[in-house]
Amino acid sequence: MAEVVVNGVKMMAPPKELEREPLVANQRSLGWLSDAVAAIAERPTPKWWWWGFGISVTLMLTCFAMILYLMSTGVGVWGLGHPVMWGWAIVNFVWWIGIGHAGTLISAILFLLRQRWRTAVNRAAEAMTIFAVMCAGIFPVIHVGRIWFAWWLFPIPNANGIWPQFRSPLMWDVFAVSTYFTVSLLFWYMGLIPDLAVMRDRAKTKLRKFLYGFFSLGWLGANRHWSNYEKAYLLLAGLSTPLVLSVHSIVSLDFSVSQLPGWHTTIFPPYFVAGAVFSGFGMVLTLLIPLRKMCGLEDVITPRHIDLMCKVTLATGTIVGYSYAMEVFIAWYGGNPYERFAFWNRAFGPYWWSYWIMISCNVIFPQLFWFRKVRRNLAVVWVLSILVNVGMWFERFVIVVTSLNREFLPANWGYYVPTWVDILTYAGTFGLFFTFFLLFLRFLPVVAIAEVKGVTPQADPHHPLGGADRVPHGPEAGH
Amino acid sequence: MSESATPYGLMAEFETPAEALHAAQAIRDRGFRRWDVYSPFPVHGMDKAMGLKNSKVGWFTFVGGVTGYTLGMLMIWYMNKFDYPILVGGKPLFSPFSAFPPSYELTILLGAFGALFGMLILNRLPRWYHPLLKHPRFKQASHDKFYIVIECADPAYREEEVRELLTSLGGRNVELVED
Repeated sequence: MAEVVVNGVKMMAPPKELEREPLVANQRSLGWLSDAVAAIAERPTPKWWWWGFGISVTLMLTCFAMILYLMSTGVGVWGLGHPVMWGWAIVNFVWWIGIGHAGTLISAILFLLRQRWRTAVNRAAEAMTIFAVMCAGIFPVIHVGRIWFAWWLFPIPNANGIWPQFRSPLMWDVFAVSTYFTVSLLFWYMGLIPDLAVMRDRAKTKLRKFLYGFFSLGWLGANRHWSNYEKAYLLLAGLSTPLVLSVHSIVSLDFSVSQLPGWHTTIFPPYFVAGAVFSGFGMVLTLLIPLRKMCGLEDVITPRHIDLMCKVTLATGTIVGYSYAMEVFIAWYGGNPYERFAFWNRAFGPYWWSYWIMISCNVIFPQLFWFRKVRRNLAVVWVLSILVNVGMWFERFVIVVTSLNREFLPANWGYYVPTWVDILTYAGTFGLFFTFFLLFLRFLPVVAIAEVKGVTPQADPHHPLGGADRVPHGPEAGH
Repeated sequence: MSESATPYGLMAEFETPAEALHAAQAIRDRGFRRWDVYSPFPVHGMDKAMGLKNSKVGWFTFVGGVTGYTLGMLMIWYMNKFDYPILVGGKPLFSPFSAFPPSYELTILLGAFGALFGMLILNRLPRWYHPLLKHPRFKQASHDKFYIVIECADPAYREEEVRELLTSLGGRNVELVED
């Protein structure tokens, strides 16, 4: 074994074949991590931020204007009509909520699986989850028609004395989505507490000192506190894991509990969850590849992180491909002529183009991630990640629209086209999403500073860089 | 430093997690009770080095989860079976199966609140005032330094002995923190 010197500490390097790419590149120190991440929120606002923020706010206001128009005029401003009574609103709802799932997968499931690389991306991915769920939450509320009665969805006593009807999956959805949003927010905030303390300790202005100080709750980094904190973190991860699996399962029950051919299938819950994680990782890649450049975080979010996320995308994309194949097989094998027709109609009916966009973006293109060369080419990964987002939107479009447009009686067949209001409302939710995401970039630490510090070799008390050589090896040194 | 100020404790600075861990083991063995290690991230093995017991946050989560599940089931039974029964599609007015998904979500919701608030209650947070927060050097505790503070309130605290102990364990900048 060869001897190497890192930051003035002599140590033995592992043999070549056992060497792993470090999680933080260029042997950055603990202090550098604080400086690099906090600097993003401390330096003067860059020009690109203002451009992005301006465009996002404009789009967000467009979304609000469209909602106002819808409320004042009625659901007729959308392209909905017999037989397609569920259109873009539900497509967008399912798409946005699915995107959120990657954030929870990274923060909770990868934590339970001890994937240490998650620390570099979990904060931004969790922020993405929260903002995506906010965008998602708009659609079920505005699609009810009489929006001013949307509060009837919640078990609040009202003048009619009637309660919500809990045998309907739509009510389960209300509980799943609102719990998902709340728990994601709690988890995100708890992760932020130690990093807000970092920001507090660095703050120069009075206002920053007050705000970061207030929200960090007086965090000191005491080990007695860390002990409870880590337990709470583990518990939240343990609770979020069944939560995230249940949320998209329940969303899928909105469809599969009905008796419509194309919706009434038992494969929906796992298939929806895999699709959600797939689309979410697509979005994480879309966001983080430019972000690491613009924020100077190349040493924290390294090509290895991108590589690993591509592998998750490939795995979930392949599960999605399997589900498509299984759906088609069961439609044929099940022998139900209506079911068979629904799937024939999907692939070769009037919406054939949406089906084949879905297949190519979700099943075919992600197969390129088998190649290391592709996974390491950030420009190609970025383009593929956008295709994943496109493909997953079309998946929901295919499920919702093609199952409805040709129902049992040919006299009731129709062709659904969205209106400009549908399109602008959807585009507007991107404004809402990016307004919040840019504000997050500007004021909060985008990387979980304390967690990334914890996975560096300098943080390991049994590593030479963590000072293991400087202490005498007593009988307890191994503890 | 005014003479009227009461001291809070003796603070020593360490460069690496290994030194802090080693020092914590020695302080634990001396039988100190009111002391703590401050670090920018949780140091692996520090709980054992300090002799801390398993955290009690789990109990808060458990109570939250059980409350959530019970509340969900009772709520749905009360609303759909007791207070205003409506027959829908010949389904039973109350069934533990259709009531399960919302109750499951409430289990997780209240369990999560239990975890966060349990952590805050056990840590006595929020506490926006603390003698250490006033100390200029302590800002490094969230950056890249490690601190051990032995409080004056500790029954075994003798200033000279503690100062000597912290120095002998490799602690730098050993100084008194004012309350």
